[in-house]
Amino acid sequence: MFFPQKPKAMEHAPHFTLKAQADGTHCLVLSGPLLVSTLGPFEEELRALTGPQEPPLARIDITDVPEIDTAGAWLVARLARDTGARITGESDKARRLLAAVAQATAITRAESIPEQRLPLLPRLLDALGREVVAMGLGAIHALGFFGELLVASWGVLCHPRRFRMKALVHQIELLAVDSLFIIALMSFLIGIVIAQQGAVQLQQFGAEIYTINLTGRLSMRELGVLMTAIMVAGRSGSAFAAQLGTMKLTEEIDAMRIIGVSPMEALVLPRVLAAVLMLPLLGFFSAVIAIIGGAVLGNFSLDIPFFTFLTRIKEVVPLTDLWVGLIKGPVFGLIIALTGCYQGLQVEGNSEQVGLRTTLAVVQAIFVVIVLDAFFAVFFTAVGWK
Amino acid sequence: MSGPEAAPPEAPIAITGLVNRFGAHTVHNGLSLRLRRGEILGVVGGSGTGKSVLMRSIIGLQLPSAGQITVLGHTIVGGDDNAIEPVDGDEGRADIRSRWGVLFQGGALFSTLTVAENIEVPLKEFYPNLSPALAREIAAVKVALSGLPPEAADKYPSELSGGMKKRASLARALALDPELLFLDEPTAGLDPIAAAALDHLIRELADTLGLTVFLITHDLDTLYAICDRVAVLADGRVIAIGPIDDLLQSDHPWIQAYFNGPRGRAAHLGATAEASADVQAEGIDNHATGKA
Repeated sequence: MFFPQKPKAMEHAPHFTLKAQADGTHCLVLSGPLLVSTLGPFEEELRALTGPQEPPLARIDITDVPEIDTAGAWLVARLARDTGARITGESDKARRLLAAVAQATAITRAESIPEQRLPLLPRLLDALGREVVAMGLGAIHALGFFGELLVASWGVLCHPRRFRMKALVHQIELLAVDSLFIIALMSFLIGIVIAQQGAVQLQQFGAEIYTINLTGRLSMRELGVLMTAIMVAGRSGSAFAAQLGTMKLTEEIDAMRIIGVSPMEALVLPRVLAAVLMLPLLGFFSAVIAIIGGAVLGNFSLDIPFFTFLTRIKEVVPLTDLWVGLIKGPVFGLIIALTGCYQGLQVEGNSEQVGLRTTLAVVQAIFVVIVLDAFFAVFFTAVGWK
Repeated sequence: MSGPEAAPPEAPIAITGLVNRFGAHTVHNGLSLRLRRGEILGVVGGSGTGKSVLMRSIIGLQLPSAGQITVLGHTIVGGDDNAIEPVDGDEGRADIRSRWGVLFQGGALFSTLTVAENIEVPLKEFYPNLSPALAREIAAVKVALSGLPPEAADKYPSELSGGMKKRASLARALALDPELLFLDEPTAGLDPIAAAALDHLIRELADTLGLTVFLITHDLDTLYAICDRVAVLADGRVIAIGPIDDLLQSDHPWIQAYFNGPRGRAAHLGATAEASADVQAEGIDNHATGKA
């Protein structure tokens, strides 16, 4: 082999000896290769010599060092700096390297300074305070973002030709059309579960016919739109955040601003509109599939014929239930798209932020959707839509 | 003795009969190239002539369709039976990887780590028994070597200017004191002053650390300023290789267009002017010392 592999630390470890000199000072003789690959354990041994020595260390002899690289040169230079010794016996290469690292010896010693840490309780309070402030600022920013969106919408309303129909249609396809299958599958299974679990309980009263009311009303009022919102938050809210975040990192958003295209109009508005328009439709679709799921179960395990189940739905589900679902849909859509776009545009600095913001977008969207759903439930009951 | 100085003058990179094919598109067709120890080889060629593919083949990111590549004594592809095989075992791979450094075109710094942490990544990966303090100090030395101010060590890549990013990635490429350095368009996107400073730095580091440098560039000034030899890629092979003055004599149309085009001539003028300015300055110096 023409090219010898770098010596392994075990095979050729560097070592040192201290020799007394005539004038009462010491000379440190280093031998063996001083390479980044061999320095690890050696450096620990050498650390004992850091600082002024007694008797003083006047000379570091590196005549017996066959190989040296910048790491080794740094070690020697550092020792010379810390002890005030001079270096002798260096080869040409060592001299070049020592000169090169000399500029670095001016750097303050990078001893691992333990970070200033407060005691536990103040630290907790500190963290809590920061969280609270960040939350407050976040809420204000989000409100500002919503305001910006309203301004952009007003601008588009005044100049309808600026509206990006193509972008809207594209977003609708991504958000709604592409998710039809997964939403259908999910709703069908949920319909079956509601009907099956409901029937088990209602059978105890001999009232399994009310399974139809349960499935129909629950799907229309609550589960259809809620489950759809969660699915869309996971599918599209995350995509919005990741897309816009990446665009922010690659300066595409800045480029749009410079060209005079408002990112609000071009990116955020189509996404928000797509979500607002599509969520009620998807929610209704989901409710219908859930009812079909319930009807299929009824047909096979409750002895309620499929079409009887569907006809009964018409009689037991009031129209207000449909309205409840349809009113909640756009609000949930707005929340999901807003958080997704907002978090995406908050990305700054590095790729880790994209992941972080995407997670935040989904978690916040689902959380707010569920909180709002609870408010809606109380509100609609209070206004008499029971 | 087995330092780079004492090692036999074997080629750090030897490529024979390299073929790279993407579908019907042939990028390299029987390309051969040998680097000399300690030289800076500039690699030029029009867009799409496979300069980056060549580099990716050498550093093992791209498996060629045929050919043999030997890097630092390890045959990476194409053994004796001329079969395509991966790098010779894990140990050989680790050995090579600790002896080369790569500066990617975009810098490719890890964006979630500071500059110092970026430099420490290869150090810790290859030599886990280095104490954290020493690794940190070595990183600081590399930061200084690559001409960055000390406070840059604790900055994140997003906080650096383009020129500083290049220097920071150069510092990471030098983390393990490699013998072989790959640079993919180091001066692209830099202003002329920063580019000239980086050229100067590369030349200086190559001389100080005894590096062999494989340098892909479009920058004619870089070619004139720091390259010992220049290899010209065209038609899937190296059509000419040699010191730049020899290449100027070549009558290959592409080489003529490249070096004797308006920009090539300007760079050449710049290089000669600089050289004569140096001579003049020396003369003045001599004069002054002579008087004193």
